[in-house]
Amino acid sequence: MSTSPDNENLTRRRLMMGLPLAGAAVLGVGFWKMLAGMQRGSFNPHDINAPVLNRPVPEFTVPDQAPGQGFSAQDLRGLTKPVLVNFFASWCIPCLAEMPTLMSLKDDLTLWGIAYKDRPENAANFLKHSGNPFTRLGSDHDGRIGMEWGISGVPETFLVGPGGIIRWHTATPLDVDTIRNTLIPLLEKLKAS
Amino acid sequence: MMPLLTPLRRLRRMLPALLVGVSILLAPVLVLAVDDPSEMLPDPKQEARAEAIGSQLRCLVCQNESIEDSGAGLARDLRKVVREHVAKGETDKQIMDWMVDRYGNFIRLSPPLSVGTLLLWSMPVLALLLGLTTAFFAYRRRAAAPAAPPPLSDDEKARLAKLTKD
Repeated sequence: MSTSPDNENLTRRRLMMGLPLAGAAVLGVGFWKMLAGMQRGSFNPHDINAPVLNRPVPEFTVPDQAPGQGFSAQDLRGLTKPVLVNFFASWCIPCLAEMPTLMSLKDDLTLWGIAYKDRPENAANFLKHSGNPFTRLGSDHDGRIGMEWGISGVPETFLVGPGGIIRWHTATPLDVDTIRNTLIPLLEKLKAS
Repeated sequence: MMPLLTPLRRLRRMLPALLVGVSILLAPVLVLAVDDPSEMLPDPKQEARAEAIGSQLRCLVCQNESIEDSGAGLARDLRKVVREHVAKGETDKQIMDWMVDRYGNFIRLSPPLSVGTLLLWSMPVLALLLGLTTAFFAYRRRAAAPAAPPPLSDDEKARLAKLTKD
């Protein structure tokens, strides 16, 4: 059956109407997905997708920070149990707010701390007042070690799995929800494997 | 007395304008991002290169500024790193890779061409094509329409004359 000119005109008109509508629909679905993801917390356009994730810890050595002993990439690679590495600073209010959570974790999980761009005496004082959840403590005085890890501020926390592989990272203060919903399941998965 | 005072008075009247002019002239010097001259490399050629690289790097603290524009501590540290690498004689790509290796592609103010950013990068061409297509169809429709209405008949002319008479 051949199409009459009238029919052809109608198809074209439908196409001209339909194409923009289809385009708008595709865009709409895309935006809806983004917004839904932002609300759920699974999509964050400001996220710095730490490339260190699932990579071995970067090459670094942090000198001792009182009252603890410094450590290096070798120390983390030699571990057989997961360690939580936390960057903190005495000048950082969210770090202060995070400390009780870290204190409550320290009996179940090994915590190592790095004082970021802090005076050693200030960091030591900070830990004296807030309690010290860290078994090893290093000082990143000029922030260069933080750069190697890809941090953009404090507090930031990394879960280092056996063999020194970075398994998880957060750039927000740890809270009970994150520990319960993310950290504990992750630790169980690490234990199982 | 009077003629002597006038130039002074004129100068005083011009003072605000003069101040504005000088500050406008100085503005480009002031907005040079580096807040401490000791940060700058002694070689102006190397400094220019470092600034060019830095202006491509996102400050991760104030995320819509480049590290050259930002006053954040991290931006200052990153500026320093860029200058160290430039002074060492590294290429732009080496320095960019160093940054991306640590902070991911997010640190680049212009995203690299990849499968994920293909639509983004091809958008100008796509928009141009869409516009040209629309223009083409619109033009063809206009060309197909009768160029001018047929001339008025005598009857119509008479009616028009009557209508426009008063």
